[in-house]
Amino acid sequence: MFVLESQISAIDENRSRAAVNRQASSCLQRFRWGTFMKAASKRLAASCALTVTMALLSFAQEAHVGDLTGHAAEGKKHYRRYCVGCHGPLGDGNGENAQWIDPKPRDFTAATFKCRSTPTGTLPTDQDLYNSVGRGFTNSNMPHWDALTDQNRIDLVAFIKTFSPRWQSEKPGDPIKIPSEPPVTMQSITHGAELFQKMECWKCHGQQGRGDGPSAATLTDSKDNPIRPYNFAAGGDDSRFKCGVTNQDVYRIFMTGLDGTPMPSFADVIQPNDAWDLVHFLRTLQTNRHSRENEVLKAAGGKIPVKAPDANPPAQPENKNSGSGN
Amino acid sequence: MRTKLVFVALLAFMVSPALLFGAGTVSGKITYTGTPAKQKPIDMSKEPSCAKQHTTPITTETVVTGANNTLANVVVYISAGAPDESSAPAQAVTFTQKGCQYIPHVLAMRPGQELKVVNADQTSHNIHPLAKINREWNKSQPPGTPPLSEKFDKEEFIPVKCNVHPWMHGYFAVLKTSHYAISGDTGTFSLPNLPPGKYTLTAWQEDYGTQTQDVTISGNETKTVDFSFKAKPY
Repeated sequence: MFVLESQISAIDENRSRAAVNRQASSCLQRFRWGTFMKAASKRLAASCALTVTMALLSFAQEAHVGDLTGHAAEGKKHYRRYCVGCHGPLGDGNGENAQWIDPKPRDFTAATFKCRSTPTGTLPTDQDLYNSVGRGFTNSNMPHWDALTDQNRIDLVAFIKTFSPRWQSEKPGDPIKIPSEPPVTMQSITHGAELFQKMECWKCHGQQGRGDGPSAATLTDSKDNPIRPYNFAAGGDDSRFKCGVTNQDVYRIFMTGLDGTPMPSFADVIQPNDAWDLVHFLRTLQTNRHSRENEVLKAAGGKIPVKAPDANPPAQPENKNSGSGN
Repeated sequence: MRTKLVFVALLAFMVSPALLFGAGTVSGKITYTGTPAKQKPIDMSKEPSCAKQHTTPITTETVVTGANNTLANVVVYISAGAPDESSAPAQAVTFTQKGCQYIPHVLAMRPGQELKVVNADQTSHNIHPLAKINREWNKSQPPGTPPLSEKFDKEEFIPVKCNVHPWMHGYFAVLKTSHYAISGDTGTFSLPNLPPGKYTLTAWQEDYGTQTQDVTISGNETKTVDFSFKAKPY
């Protein structure tokens, strides 16, 4: 996308207004006015100098992943080139393309993020954001940015963190602990299927995990935009979850919840080993995907012996590569 | 429970100057003018375990009225002038999900005060406070699980919803002051134990917004402050 010079300067202006705190920003504006009008602005400048310096210091936001250190000032350049079209100059998700996009681009000013390793209601780690930029978001317009270097991406993370003051006042949560995965067995899958009933995952995701449960049609995200539950059955071997592709990623998704969406955290109500059983069952909902879980299920005859609640037919995922994943 | 006023959090007042200099009370009534929007019926047939708990038709609770144009579920609190408040009371407040409704519909608490969320239903709920100043979080609570324990740190009126049951709506009112009341069906409120001073009183209704009035308490007296909201027809 193209950004005209005039737009860039507008972006610059907006950008500074969003990132510095309100006091400093009003100082800046007054200072500018003062300069333009050639009024006596010295005293004003002096009184504002401290607040502005402090605000600029918060611009010097860093992000750290492994040996990489990201710098917001660098990230800003990449943001302007690659991100501003959707996420907008203010980072509020109102870029010029946003009106055409569903789901909507992330609003960084709220500092609410779907993909985290940290508990619901807490900030993600730098690593979480870094992974999200590199991974992209399936079923959305957010591509994976592997075309950028590692350094580019960590710089972007540092810049994204300047959009919300929460990054100054709060620390990321402690990442949830994921115990090592037990072997995939029919017992584990069956217990997972029971949990799928007990936790009522099907209310939104549907009995076959097709994202067509009874509550699916009414779901909205935290900005009241309609949002679809994940359809496990769509896609084949290339299918991805919102926040990754591995079994650990699935585990993490339902334990942390996807903040800003209807997907809640189950960390308080599912025990670690039970959670692995649920992961194994969820894999069998991906009927067109080759997996250890589907092999085990197929070897056991393809049926999970689970009693479902009344009026809700039991989940009977097929293990044939015959579906027409959309 | 709606027939009586809800008074909470007077414990924090044990070392109050009110005990030394006498205490005033502000009381009054919340009413509306015009015609409030008709509340929408709620169809719970998708959740039979909840539907069967209700013998009378259930409607939304955006505006709850009583006889003589009174308004319930209005939070009245001292928004300015209150003496420095001590820390949050040790006693928790409880928010119950029963019959796929929130009880109470509006729950007030202090920053840092423990909030207990109880699921009394035979179905899973997710508790999703759409906080903007506090942190937004979203937790699942299947039937039979113990109460969730949470707290909010900052003053805010937070809409609460359950994504599984889209008709469920409620509010958390996180208030810095311990001087607050929520009107019941009679629309009345009372804020006792106010030391002499100038106060700003704010009344908040989830659909009609806020109103403020100033009041001065000069001793052991009861002042009457009434609020009247203009009803939105839609």
